[in-house]
Amino acid sequence: MRLGLGRLDALRGRTGAHRRADGPAPEAEEGPWGPPPVIEVRALLKTYGHGDATVRALGGPPDPLTGASPGVDLLVEQGDLIAVMGSSGSGKSTLMNILGCLDVPTSGRYLLDGIDVGGLDEHQLSLVRNRKIGFVFQSFNLVPRTPALAQVELPLAYAGVKSAERRRRALAALELVGLADRVDHRPNELSGGQQQRVAVARALVTAPAMLLADEPTGNLDSHSTEEVLSIVDRLNASGRTVVLITHEDEVARHAKRVVRLVDGQVVSDVRQAPVDGPPPALRDPALFRAAAPQALTGGAL
Amino acid sequence: MNPFETLRFAVGGLAANKVRSALTMLGVLIGVAAVIILLAVGNGSSQSVKDSIEKLGTNSLTISSGGGFGGGRGASSTSTKPLTVDDARALADPSSAPHVKSVAPEVTTSQTAIYDGTSHTVGQVVGTYPAYFEASNSKVDKGDYFSADDVLNSRKVAVIGSTTATDLFGTVSPVGKKIDIGGTPFTVVGVLATKGGTGFQDPDDTVVAPLPTVQNAFTGFGSISQILVEATSADATTPAQNEITTVLMGTHGLKDPSALDFRVSSQESLLSTQSDTNKTFTVLLGAVAAISLLVGGIGITNIMLVTVTERTREIGIRKAIGAPRGVILGQFLAESTLLSLIGGGLGVVAGLIGSHFRIVGIKPVVIPESVWGAFAVAVAIGLFFGGYPANRAASLRPIEALRHE
Ligand SMILES: Nc1ncnc2c1ncn2[C@@H]1O[C@H](COP(=O)(O)OP(=O)(O)O)[C@@H](O)[C@H]1O
Ligand SMILES: [Mg+2]
Repeated sequence: MRLGLGRLDALRGRTGAHRRADGPAPEAEEGPWGPPPVIEVRALLKTYGHGDATVRALGGPPDPLTGASPGVDLLVEQGDLIAVMGSSGSGKSTLMNILGCLDVPTSGRYLLDGIDVGGLDEHQLSLVRNRKIGFVFQSFNLVPRTPALAQVELPLAYAGVKSAERRRRALAALELVGLADRVDHRPNELSGGQQQRVAVARALVTAPAMLLADEPTGNLDSHSTEEVLSIVDRLNASGRTVVLITHEDEVARHAKRVVRLVDGQVVSDVRQAPVDGPPPALRDPALFRAAAPQALTGGAL
Repeated sequence: MNPFETLRFAVGGLAANKVRSALTMLGVLIGVAAVIILLAVGNGSSQSVKDSIEKLGTNSLTISSGGGFGGGRGASSTSTKPLTVDDARALADPSSAPHVKSVAPEVTTSQTAIYDGTSHTVGQVVGTYPAYFEASNSKVDKGDYFSADDVLNSRKVAVIGSTTATDLFGTVSPVGKKIDIGGTPFTVVGVLATKGGTGFQDPDDTVVAPLPTVQNAFTGFGSISQILVEATSADATTPAQNEITTVLMGTHGLKDPSALDFRVSSQESLLSTQSDTNKTFTVLLGAVAAISLLVGGIGITNIMLVTVTERTREIGIRKAIGAPRGVILGQFLAESTLLSLIGGGLGVVAGLIGSHFRIVGIKPVVIPESVWGAFAVAVAIGLFFGGYPANRAASLRPIEALRHE
């Protein structure tokens, strides 16, 4: 396992530069060109099916002259909190699955932390998913019949962490999401909000460079939504890069940057807060809360 | 992931669906137990045939009418003379057959014996001389043998086998009692010791009486069924066989030693034909058992396929949080190996316990190799057939697995 990670670092050509310490705050590495982007996507294209039945899930319609799709370009800086918005079927999940290394693009380049993911083999990809990415799904996707603690320990088990250490870190992660008193509960004994918080704990327990969340609050009521979002805010404030998909403005309000997708293409990219510094919700909590109703009524109109 | 953890995951996976896991194990259990028991039965039957033939005595020879071994050759002789008491007398002459110790002509028939209202069909009623008892290794347990004097006087006396005795008399001592065999009253003078053994005829279901008495009552004074000859020693069977052939060629007026109308067989040759039949029997049983083991293996494959399909989403989740292919493969392989290990282990236990019981009158004798073989095959099947669906599951892309319905 460790050897494998070494190989990854070697691939990147800067051995150990991005191996983060256990603590949540990564020491930003200021090279001559500033910190490298966590995510760099160039001309990304994803199609399903063949011939007439081809569905362009990502990359936009083909250019009438050249027949080639423009593809999606996206740069995500370290420490950013990005909301990807768009109507249903606009390709948000498709993009997210590729970013999470759960799926492969039809064409285009994807550099994660400077590594070209397209050149990684199956085993290296599993290492990337384990160490660099924390993925949260709309449908929670907890392992059935497995208690919360074991659930959160799972990524550490796959990383080869010793049992005592694993337990300690899993408990810390559950504490962070406020579920220290639910460690022995199985998914079917938890509410939706609690399940999603277990999923968040599981995603962040390996201290990944970034957290990807595909409509994490899509199945939650407003109270649970607030709980999950406040965890996301705190994580981002401590330096973790977060990309989340949503179609609720209420959720997008928490982001430092909002990217809108239409038909598999980026149509707008708005920065709401600087990359450095706390996310909007923590910048001035009182004001943020006070602005909430207006954002709901006036902001959306 | 250390092996212990892989094992823990596997146990968890199996425990998640107890009924299905139990049924799969049952399939393997039955396969392994069937192999062990059926082979033990085959082995047991050949062993008991061997034992019972050895009990007959190794220095006795049996002469029966008909062509020699090789079949069809008897047909070429112009006439087949049956065996007679005269043939037996000629063999008893020590000058022409010095290696022959004793000669006992036999007639056999099957009759119904009645005692005090109890009726029993005796498998074999033998009319013979007293020499029969030694040559056929039949010892009297209670009472006595009949004598040469009884033969000379055609007395209606009989020595009965132990099965016949218990069937007719139950716990009463038969010695001195009168029984009715095929309408003729006989006095029981002795009961033979139990020979035991298997085969298609119970050697203890027999009545032995003086030759002329049986001929007079049932078979008539013509030909006899066979002649039982005892050689002077076990080593003397071959010269005795040659002497018998020479003497009988004389009495039957035959010139060509390749066209005989009788055959002389030693227990040894009987033994080899019997064990050949038994080998076929054992092989057949083994084939049946192997098929049931294979069916058990297909059961494992099927269950693993179903399990993997059912848990594809879970596999997707595990891959999404960074489970390497090898770990997932390991978990499913461990599950199927556990299934077959436990199923096979219980099958061995069941097989060994089952082999303690008599099965269709045969005492099974466990072949140690069959135990190891069946167990090893069960585990190998688990690894091999479990490996296929496990490999399929582990090769899925996470998103494919997650989208699985
Ligand atoms: N596995 C698939 N096979 C075929 N078409 C797909 C598949 N997954 C997604 N699509 C199509 O790609 C488009 C984008 O889907 P998706 O990324 O899930 O949208 P959303 O923005 O709602 O998450 C949709 O038109 C959808 O029908
Ligand atoms: Mg979606």
